[in-house]
Amino acid sequence: MEIKEKNKLRDFHQAKWDEPIIFELNTEGERGILIPELEREIEKYVGDEISELPENMVRKKPPALPEISQMRVLKHYLRLSQQCLGADFNVDIGQGTCTMKYSPKINDVLASSPKVTKLHPFQDESTVQGALEIMYRLDMFLREISGLSRFSFQPGGGSSAIFAMASIMFAYFQSRGEAEERDEIITTIFSHPSDAAAAAVKGYKVITIYPDEAGLPEAEALRKAVSSRTAGLLITNPEDTGIFNPNIVEFTKVIHDIGGLCGYDQANANGILGITRAKEAGFDFCFFNLHKTFSSPHGCGGPATGALGVTDELVPFLPVPIVDFDDKKYFLNYDLTHTIGKVRGFFGVFPAILRAYSWIMSLGAEGLKEVAQVAVLSNNYILKKIKELKGSSVSFPMTERRIEQVRYSWEKLTKETGVTTEDVTNRMADFGFHLWSSHHPWIVPEPFTIEPTESYSKNELDEYMAGLEKIVEEAYKNPEKVKNSPYNSVVHKIDHSTLDDPKKWAITWRMYLKKHRKKS
Amino acid sequence: MKNKKKPSHPYIPNSASETKAKMLKEIGIKDIDELYSDIPQNLRFKGKMNLPDPLLSEYALERHVKGILSQNQTCEENISFLGGGCWFHYVPAICDEINHRSEFLTAYGGEPYEDHGRFQALFEYQSLMAEMVDMDVVNVPTYDWSQAASTSLRMVARITKRNEIIIADTVSPDRLLVIQNYCRPVNTIKMINHSHETGLMDLDDLKSKISSSTAGVYFENPSYLGFVETQGRAISEIAHEMGALSVVGVDPISLGIIVPPCHYGADIVCGDIQPLGIHMNYGGGLGGFIATRDDEKFVMEYPSRLFGITETSVEGEYGFGDVAYERTSFAEREEGKEFIGTCAALWGITAGVYLALMGPKGIQELGKHIIQKSRYAMMKLSEIKGVKAPLFKSHHFKEFVVDFNGTGKTVGEINKALREHQIFGGKDLSKEFPELGNCALYCVTEVHTKEDIDILVQALKNFL
Repeated sequence: MEIKEKNKLRDFHQAKWDEPIIFELNTEGERGILIPELEREIEKYVGDEISELPENMVRKKPPALPEISQMRVLKHYLRLSQQCLGADFNVDIGQGTCTMKYSPKINDVLASSPKVTKLHPFQDESTVQGALEIMYRLDMFLREISGLSRFSFQPGGGSSAIFAMASIMFAYFQSRGEAEERDEIITTIFSHPSDAAAAAVKGYKVITIYPDEAGLPEAEALRKAVSSRTAGLLITNPEDTGIFNPNIVEFTKVIHDIGGLCGYDQANANGILGITRAKEAGFDFCFFNLHKTFSSPHGCGGPATGALGVTDELVPFLPVPIVDFDDKKYFLNYDLTHTIGKVRGFFGVFPAILRAYSWIMSLGAEGLKEVAQVAVLSNNYILKKIKELKGSSVSFPMTERRIEQVRYSWEKLTKETGVTTEDVTNRMADFGFHLWSSHHPWIVPEPFTIEPTESYSKNELDEYMAGLEKIVEEAYKNPEKVKNSPYNSVVHKIDHSTLDDPKKWAITWRMYLKKHRKKS
Repeated sequence: MKNKKKPSHPYIPNSASETKAKMLKEIGIKDIDELYSDIPQNLRFKGKMNLPDPLLSEYALERHVKGILSQNQTCEENISFLGGGCWFHYVPAICDEINHRSEFLTAYGGEPYEDHGRFQALFEYQSLMAEMVDMDVVNVPTYDWSQAASTSLRMVARITKRNEIIIADTVSPDRLLVIQNYCRPVNTIKMINHSHETGLMDLDDLKSKISSSTAGVYFENPSYLGFVETQGRAISEIAHEMGALSVVGVDPISLGIIVPPCHYGADIVCGDIQPLGIHMNYGGGLGGFIATRDDEKFVMEYPSRLFGITETSVEGEYGFGDVAYERTSFAEREEGKEFIGTCAALWGITAGVYLALMGPKGIQELGKHIIQKSRYAMMKLSEIKGVKAPLFKSHHFKEFVVDFNGTGKTVGEINKALREHQIFGGKDLSKEFPELGNCALYCVTEVHTKEDIDILVQALKNFL
């Protein structure tokens, strides 16, 4: 018996369990878990204490949660999990800008230790020396990687770190009596949406710089944008296009010349570890997403950490506390003269901090550089392949080299076949892949962004390309096939119209029942 | 050994030299450095990062990290009475089983086609939390309660088109720091006094400070100091009469037994899901929820993702997607509502699992037991000479202030002595609420046995 050699593109079908909504599993009388018994002595001693709650504070009817036995709950969620493609299953290079790399399992094991999970943030410092040491040492590592002076792990994600930078800008100018006058922050359109949005939450007017033909934010536009009203710059580099801005020093200089501060959005620094740093580029702050570059898993969208680094001058403005060491013991330092206060409860997401520490320890300085170089190599490999792919194009083709990712376009494909980037992303699901369009606004028409990272083998990259090649072929031969996809996913084409209609939208099951289910 | 070939790193498949050579050839270059040609030389980092030598074997790495972690003493190895925004509750095994699944743990921004399970699990989380708070809309989790409260307050300011926020002065000081920074400089904050006898909000002070500029009034229930605020209805009415909104922060695990805030007039309810099946993680287990009624005016002010249920091209199939995506900063950058990014979704899924396991009876019993156990602890502690528990003449849920002023000892001294008996005493309040003197915030949950409480009482008796 001879079994045919496997094709590059696999014959995939996503798990489809047709699993009900959890409320539909309700069976009166079933229990999922029992809680610890109340000792009789306690009951005897205190009596029925809730009768001491005032009548108006007692909940008469318990919450209408479903009643489900334990194994059925387990099965429900396991089935849902199977209907989900994490990076561990997928060649997850289609979620550009997000650095979907391998999150080593050993780090999950370490993060699941009771020595991590069963720590309370208000424990005495003498009982959490291990946790504090990890935080202190990771701070030291990130200082080396960025060239900056001090890190806070408090921000709960990249956007929170951006907000912390905007907050520090505000506090810094307030300390100099300039906060009212300096009410503008400059960013670029290919920086993350939160660079603009978080600045606006802090009350700043946002000025957005657009790229020139080479895909670079225009230095001339920046010069025109700055004034005595400028508080600072929040910029990603390389931007979402994957293009490194070689004039970045000029940018920081223009801002510093008028007295502003420069924040480096290095949520994704995966292509430049050990190659170029925030310090040499002249930045006053930067942040790294520990859940991106530093391998902590994305968790469906958090928990996460935006590790925020600053220069010496800005250390007094950091959120409190930071971790210090007095040669004998590690401690929480609240003594920062101009602190912005806090941006998140307690000290940050310790499991993410631990995983990042462990990841760096597994690589060392050379290994980090190897990560960056291979990520860039893999990216340029994919770039070469996509350049040869019919219907696709590279944004800003004048700029040949890209760092860790590239923004591409299906504009030609759409014009020639009617198949849009959304159609292609839907069809990719049929092959067990994910392809994301891109952040809005779509300056690059019908965009998609690919970031291979260092985690996927050449063979896997080829397999992903085979998926794209197949869809392009289909688009030219039978565009309807692509437009009506997916077919092999959990569900079929979704009707999005009800989601934007206040009369029809159903954000919870109870709302769905009220609006859409006729009473039987 | 000479010319020993360096093994390729297990996390970096294409670091194998044969593969590298193939890829370089395909790209048409000789050296990876050519790919960095756009980074000017003056920006290149020439030095070597001063990092420790790598621990290349997984065993060496595990041993090293575990070695550092072994210095920690946990709430499992000790009897802990710490609370104050992060609480030791029992985490059912299935909660960890689900949030450790690779499919959920390593998913991120997939479309509803690749990640149907993620969308359904988070929709169900929203739906289960909606039952807890008895409101129609709940978001995909934000970072934590502090962020949820901050955003709730910015939401009411946008809804009412007013600027001023009024906050009870008994809220968590840690949380207040976040709220203050989040509101500065756009909104102003006024603090409302509390009764020193009961801890409850001073309604006269509220009436004197509320004005036509007030967007919302915020208080927590149970409060940071553990007492139940029984005047919710009156506070909400005072707010509403002035055209302001009522925002209440709540510990959701109390809602099996305590009335949800919308029943006493709350317009927005927020809080933390950490107690619902998520380990404390040194404070890393937090996740924030924001709940409102199904009113477009409120829904359109959420910055968060809101997952909705809809139909697909196949009859009878549930599909999911983002509700009113155009509100978000993903769609509209600085014109969107606040900002959205990676927050705490995995904890949302976990909290859903927890609520599904507990069911209505479990969550109700749990609330009742916690009240009884904490009551037992208060009564027992009060038997110690010089100790008063609770400090406030009020009703309590799982936390309460213990007054040690009559003992002649500081909370620091007391807690040091307790640590010698493997007990983590309550949070020292002397810095956060200096007017209370030597008081500590104690927390008792279902994880505490009668014996645990008796050991605490005995240790205190011996020391004091």
